[in-house]
Amino acid sequence: MSRIYELMAAELSDKVRSQEVSAEEHLHSILERIDRVDEKIHAYVTIAREEAIARAREIDKKARRGEKLGLLAGVVVAVKDNICTKGIRTTCSSRMLENFVPPYDATVIERLKTSDAIIIGKTNMDEFAMGSTTETSYFGATRNPWNLDKVPGGSSGGSAAAVIAEEATAALGSDTGGSIRCPASYCSDVGLKPTYGLVSRYGLISYANSLEQIGPITRTVRDCALLLSVISGHDSRDSTSVKIPREDYLKYLISDVKGLRIGLPREFFGEGVEEDAKEPVLEAVGKLEEFGASCCEISIPAMKYALPAYYIIAMSEASSNLARYDGLRYGYRDENDEGNFDEVFSRNRRIGFGAEVRRRIILGTYALSAGYFEQYYLKALKIRTLIRRDFERAFKDVDIIIGPTMPLLPFNIGERIDDPLKLYMCDILTVPANLTGYPALSVPSGFRKSLPVGMQIIGKPFDEGTLLRVAYTFEQNTGYHKYRPPL
Amino acid sequence: MGGSRRIPVEEIRHIAELAHIELTKEEEIVFTEQFNRILEYFSMIDEADTENVPLTYHVLDLVNVYREDEVHESMKRDEPLRNASKKEGRFFKSPRIV
Repeated sequence: MSRIYELMAAELSDKVRSQEVSAEEHLHSILERIDRVDEKIHAYVTIAREEAIARAREIDKKARRGEKLGLLAGVVVAVKDNICTKGIRTTCSSRMLENFVPPYDATVIERLKTSDAIIIGKTNMDEFAMGSTTETSYFGATRNPWNLDKVPGGSSGGSAAAVIAEEATAALGSDTGGSIRCPASYCSDVGLKPTYGLVSRYGLISYANSLEQIGPITRTVRDCALLLSVISGHDSRDSTSVKIPREDYLKYLISDVKGLRIGLPREFFGEGVEEDAKEPVLEAVGKLEEFGASCCEISIPAMKYALPAYYIIAMSEASSNLARYDGLRYGYRDENDEGNFDEVFSRNRRIGFGAEVRRRIILGTYALSAGYFEQYYLKALKIRTLIRRDFERAFKDVDIIIGPTMPLLPFNIGERIDDPLKLYMCDILTVPANLTGYPALSVPSGFRKSLPVGMQIIGKPFDEGTLLRVAYTFEQNTGYHKYRPPL
Repeated sequence: MGGSRRIPVEEIRHIAELAHIELTKEEEIVFTEQFNRILEYFSMIDEADTENVPLTYHVLDLVNVYREDEVHESMKRDEPLRNASKKEGRFFKSPRIV
């Protein structure tokens, strides 16, 4: 079995448990794969080779001793570089945190370890998760495995690229305005942004705390359910984590959508959404209808304000969350210590932060400053209420909402990076789920011009089960999850 | 839509100072241009009717989450210092304050 790096998490953990495959031989197969393809893709910022090998040996030892192994026995997980890993540097793809080694693990990392997963390394991202292309990384762009000239989406582009290129079995990303779903769509992965509060954010380096969630990026819906079962659940260290009973999401993997009511918001298929992005999704909805679902057109009138409201809130929160980076206790500190504290602090932040991060901090500061607070920030929070009301109303008549994940196909690296506003527009279909806190999943739904297109499924709060069931039904009856990029 | 005035470079410089971010001369010019375009786009929200609409700061209905005040083991003294680039003994070394 020379290509065991291809195994899915669910199969692999079974084989490791039964000692049919050793965690160590599988890990070596993945490491060889990384050595072969990552030069082209640049999915990783840091590879924790030694730590991973030591972990794999421990897991194999446990298996040999007949100890019970966890749900993710031997599963090789790549982690977005804004999730703290004890002893492994965590950079946020920023010069500011280039040498930052966290003294603690994020809760999701603790849970992965308890489930006997192996952390293989940290993946590239837009700096501080601010972007939709993974081009703003201080360490250079990640390339789309399907076409190396194209962006992989972002900001969790490294995680999504690593998974489809089989440089990891599964990955974690974070989603503030689409940062899991966008790269999942562009790389042909399954990506889930859970309901706000379902997964602990303890140890996630904060960008916009009222919007973001950690979630899985995988090649199959089954693996998505498996990872979610491990990482979700209450955590007393995150005060926004919700106290609901832990679930085994694998029980929702049923290929059946009979009686399911699908809502198609006309705003998700309207102006600004390319035909190539729409068609595969409409075909997918047609398939679901064949299997017994019904669908109707709905409307989210406040959608037209979603993007500006999202950016105003995200930037405002960013200006506050990123105020902590002064270079004193950790982070970039320039050799030149001349001047007073304010001057040193401002210099560290000019050199340590890239242009997009500085743009968002300054604009967020502006939106919160006296005289503009009401016009921008408070107004955006009211629009957030309007969008929530629209979704609540829509969900009275439908069980799920479907649309494209992205309004356009993956584009060329460098094509949009010089025009921030044009880049922000890419997030138009993903930000509503963050503003409302609702769960949303992107599942591969075909190809156009040899590039992947993702279908976005949005559900009611804490109804991840239905999202998984719909995605699973579609996946099992179509098979787009079996395609791999030519590497 | 529109209705937003142009923000002059001096104002951007002032806001950048408040945010503790140094800008180079060239950046001041580029950022001012970009900010004006972005803010013009943002001003689209002016037209939304939000009279009597409450604010959504947060999507969860959680208010004041408490936990027991229990003592847990803390980090060893040198742990938090490990990531500081300038330190002296067991202290972080700060630049001149005044």
